[in-house]
Amino acid sequence: MSFATTAFLVLKKDFTIEVKSGEILYTTLFFAVSCVLIFAIAFVREGQPVEGAGAGILWIAVLFAGNLALGRTFERERYGETVRALLLTPAPRAAIYVGKLLGIVALLVAAECLLVPMVAFLFDAPLFARPLLLAAILGLGTVGFASVGTLFAAMLVRSRTRDVMLPILLYPITVPVIIAGVLGTSALLQSPADEPVALLWIWLLVSFDVVFVTLALWTFEPLMTE
Amino acid sequence: MLTVDRERIEGAEGPMGVTPSLDFDSVRLVEVSRHFGRRRAVSRVSIEARRGDLLGLLGPNGAGKSTLIGVLATLVQPTSGEVRYGGHFARELGPPLRRQIGLLAHELHLYTELSARQNLTFFSKMYGLDPRSTVEPALERAGLADRADDDVAGFSRGMRQRLALERALLHTPRLVLFDEPFTGLDDNAVGLVSARLRRLAADGAIVVLATHDLDLAEGLVTRVAVVQS
Repeated sequence: MSFATTAFLVLKKDFTIEVKSGEILYTTLFFAVSCVLIFAIAFVREGQPVEGAGAGILWIAVLFAGNLALGRTFERERYGETVRALLLTPAPRAAIYVGKLLGIVALLVAAECLLVPMVAFLFDAPLFARPLLLAAILGLGTVGFASVGTLFAAMLVRSRTRDVMLPILLYPITVPVIIAGVLGTSALLQSPADEPVALLWIWLLVSFDVVFVTLALWTFEPLMTE
Repeated sequence: MLTVDRERIEGAEGPMGVTPSLDFDSVRLVEVSRHFGRRRAVSRVSIEARRGDLLGLLGPNGAGKSTLIGVLATLVQPTSGEVRYGGHFARELGPPLRRQIGLLAHELHLYTELSARQNLTFFSKMYGLDPRSTVEPALERAGLADRADDDVAGFSRGMRQRLALERALLHTPRLVLFDEPFTGLDDNAVGLVSARLRRLAADGAIVVLATHDLDLAEGLVTRVAVVQS
């Protein structure tokens, strides 16, 4: 069976379960929206938000929601040990990783579609001034974060301390992605938008994504063998 | 002897008519040990099972039976020793070998949010099979044809076990591994699973059954390996 077919099957399976249960989507969205609202209460005084806060708050909401989604997605594979059943199939194991990664990315993109207008409205942030550049920064940052997160969440699926270990492992390693995402978004929020700086961060995100995804594809199979 | 070809294996064709691309007559553990950190799960185990065998791995809880099943399933890497499928090592084979292994563990490897049909269809596709020819017969054998579109979450333990059994055997594996398959089953269900185990062995599969229940194993297994803690 081909790599793409396997990845698509895993993605479709996760999508079917999510359509039935709505469990991860709703909890992730609720958590992300709550996060932004709490920051809005704290950082908006008399209708005036703290200058430049929008980029950081957007990324905090995305990353925290991503951490929650990663944990819940693999909790589903732990229950009934279905992760073992997936690994036992003759399908390429790296394709199973890609299928799970695409599911997480799709979930976070859905959250971002809700969070970007919210942050733009509550923090008076011109996020839609350069929509393509913003989409590139968010998309690439999400892939970078999710690629490492999916690998670690899969590795920790049988660990009793997975809920504690996942953020401890994930955030330090994805610091380059977080910095590039926040500073790239900040560059777009300046008036006028600093496009050259934003493009520089986009290229750095492309580099991080290539490295992270390649390493994850390379290491997934040996790491998943007990 | 191990052969890698695309020809149908005589006597090995399952109910779905699946043609394996790799076959082997025996599986051997040679001096296999597995440590988890400082804990020794199994130490220098040597076992051989051949086609038609129904090998019982008997022993108390914690003796290392599940670890041995994991090693045979290629999911657990031995710390030392080797596993041979026919004349070849596990590391040489990869996906074609996994296509020939079926595992039914205590955890049932089913998505409870999906229906019986959706579970079987998903795994059928993951094994590169045509669900149109595999899923309905599997549902019939599991006795779940009338509950095919119900979510597994609403099934009893026995119904889940029957479905899990069919899921594990969808691809007509040569090596069939059972880890405590009778847990939580009533007498009737135990009888059905036992009958299926015997039929698999009679059809030429290598069947390995890990259980702590000597009463259930008695009269069922054709060979015994005792795993001591």
